[in-house]
Amino acid sequence: MTTDSQALTTGPVQHDPLENYGHDRRGGISNPILGMLLFITSEVMFFAGLFAAYFNSRASVDVWPPAEFANTLQMMPYVAPATVLLITSSFTCQIAVWSIRKGDRTRFLRAMSVTVALGIVFLLLQMADYFHLGSDGLTMSSGVFGTTYYTLTGFHGAHVFGGVVMLSVVLYRGSAGQFSARHHDAVEAASLYWHFVDVVWILLFTLLYIIPGTS
Amino acid sequence: MATTTLTPAASAYRSGLYDWVTTTDHKKIGIMYIINSFVFFFIGGILALAVRSELAVPGLQFVTSGTYNELFTMHATFMIFLFVIPMLAGFGNYVVPLMIGAPDMAFPRINALSFWMLPLAGILLLAGFVTGGTAAAGWTSYAPLSEDLPLASPGAGQDLWIVALVLIGTSSILGAINFLVTVFKMRAPGMTLFRMPIMVWTVTVTSVLVLMATPVITSALIMLFIDRNYGGSFFDPSVGGDPILYQNIFWFYSHPAVYVMILPAMGMISEILPVFSRKPLFGYKAFVFATAAIGALGFSVWAHHMFTTGAVYLPFFSLMTFLIAIPTGVKMFNWIFTMWGGKLTFSTPMIFAVGFLSMFLLGGINGAFSASVPVDFALHDTYFVVAHIHYVLFGGSVFGIMAGFYYWFPKMTGRMLSETLGKVQFVLMFIGFNLTFFPMHELGLAGMPRRIADYSATAGWNDLNLVATAGGFLIAASMLPLLWNIFVSLRSGKPAGDDPWGANTLEWATTSPPPPYNFDHLPEIRSERPVFDLRHAPASDH
Repeated sequence: MTTDSQALTTGPVQHDPLENYGHDRRGGISNPILGMLLFITSEVMFFAGLFAAYFNSRASVDVWPPAEFANTLQMMPYVAPATVLLITSSFTCQIAVWSIRKGDRTRFLRAMSVTVALGIVFLLLQMADYFHLGSDGLTMSSGVFGTTYYTLTGFHGAHVFGGVVMLSVVLYRGSAGQFSARHHDAVEAASLYWHFVDVVWILLFTLLYIIPGTS
Repeated sequence: MATTTLTPAASAYRSGLYDWVTTTDHKKIGIMYIINSFVFFFIGGILALAVRSELAVPGLQFVTSGTYNELFTMHATFMIFLFVIPMLAGFGNYVVPLMIGAPDMAFPRINALSFWMLPLAGILLLAGFVTGGTAAAGWTSYAPLSEDLPLASPGAGQDLWIVALVLIGTSSILGAINFLVTVFKMRAPGMTLFRMPIMVWTVTVTSVLVLMATPVITSALIMLFIDRNYGGSFFDPSVGGDPILYQNIFWFYSHPAVYVMILPAMGMISEILPVFSRKPLFGYKAFVFATAAIGALGFSVWAHHMFTTGAVYLPFFSLMTFLIAIPTGVKMFNWIFTMWGGKLTFSTPMIFAVGFLSMFLLGGINGAFSASVPVDFALHDTYFVVAHIHYVLFGGSVFGIMAGFYYWFPKMTGRMLSETLGKVQFVLMFIGFNLTFFPMHELGLAGMPRRIADYSATAGWNDLNLVATAGGFLIAASMLPLLWNIFVSLRSGKPAGDDPWGANTLEWATTSPPPPYNFDHLPEIRSERPVFDLRHAPASDH
């Protein structure tokens, strides 16, 4: 028997020219995960541009934040809980990854559901905080302080939203049983993205709320 | 219904429109990139002719100064963002998977997405012309010129320009991710990194530049958009913003972008010169490291566009800019010593490649002048800079693109282009190019500023401007033999066969055009010239 005739018995699709490329037989990083890492690299550079604008604006004035907004940015009642929730969600996301690596689908789905829920709550808290700040008079057009604040946190929020969508797709596909201990690149890739979003928030939170201003 | 056919893939290149629109084949996508880029090359060229016509003699003959601003803005935008960059990405798309022995790109559907963003962006840019004036703040769109202010850019055209550039940038980033994963994960057995063709190396380094630099201009464009539309004040000094910030972020992308526009063209001629010299590339590894060095240094020279702002540290950026000349010089020696003592044949690709060498050398030398701070202070924003950029991007990139086009056209279509028409095109283009842009050095030294629609008849700039305009029309005329050549050759060109040039790299080991998924079987890869090895192997090895 030749190998060709054996292959004929396996079904109608004998040969996919791309079959050996998605999962490297030599055991390297898989294509989707490498692609996600490179995408995150580009996202890092995107935020680097926004952060550079923030540093530049902050360094070029004597008083930061401006006197009228000296006490506008407050950790309570929204931002600190949101931060705790987002950091927690990174852990639950990683628990989901560890679970699916072991093939534990139930635990994977549970942890992933919690992650998505925490992401949504973060977005709701951020929205509430925006309304709160808006009523205090801080808007996009309140000088460069307001512009940088809303641009940085807004783009972070947009990325959280993107991450929630990504994780929801993963959750949906997971609930349909598409992931196993061997095949779960999408889970790994989405979790990498989620961790990246989390790290950006930690940097932002530190910059905006912890590092003291100049007066 | 057509979908009842049982065979999954019929003839790849005689297929209908539907197949082209829905394809994920890197070869078809590459060809669509190239066609799309040529379309915008011609649109950008027509705008350039309008600019040159207006400048031929003093006075305003054809357009108002406002329209003139739109013309040069859109000329540069089309040429840079919808011609040179996507054209090189198109060649990369076509040849990189073939050269490394891969069946396709790593993410074929993302590849199609990257392409289809480009015509959409082009339509958005063109839409500016019919929505009350397109962008007119120059391709750099410096704030406050590009801000939504009276006497600046209040119209929708500037917003469309921003959205289009964000789209093109996203397309580039996705393309770069695709190239990098393809190169790192899809190489055929035996194709080690240091056996990759130089073209693949240059696309790899280019992709790193795109990946790291393009998101940064996306952030600048978004800040500009926020300033214009949502009351932001990033670049408005009256409320604490900083217009110089825009220039810094813009050039942090746009200087590496210069290397994005030249490195793949360098890769192309590094494939062509060895083939038509019948020698291996001289100093393969030196070339690879020089490419990486240009990429790395490219991130440390952005502020040499901003010497006269007084806001940057001049000695550092001047020194780093001079340093770029070293790896570039290494490459010049690579190319010259590849040809040295070789058995040269001057087919059309080779002629364009040699044209690249000579013209790019001039562009490098006049660039090194501008790296010197005192010289730059005198020449900043004069026509000398216009001469420099065109010697690099036209004399360099466009001649390289033409060389690559004549070189790979037989592989893409299975037909040879006419050598005679190719040489006619080269002569017209070479003379036209130098007539247009060489006088601009002189004009710049004589103090003529760029981006002006009119000049005094007594300034002494009349003759050189007239010569430059005549040269511009000669360049336009040189496109006619090219178009005729493509038309005639597609209908009745000489069949190319698998390997018409006696080339070295894997794309010539398959049919012309290659089948879907490229290779039925691959030759053994034991060097950076697998097809050369195959051709000269003892017959018993087969």
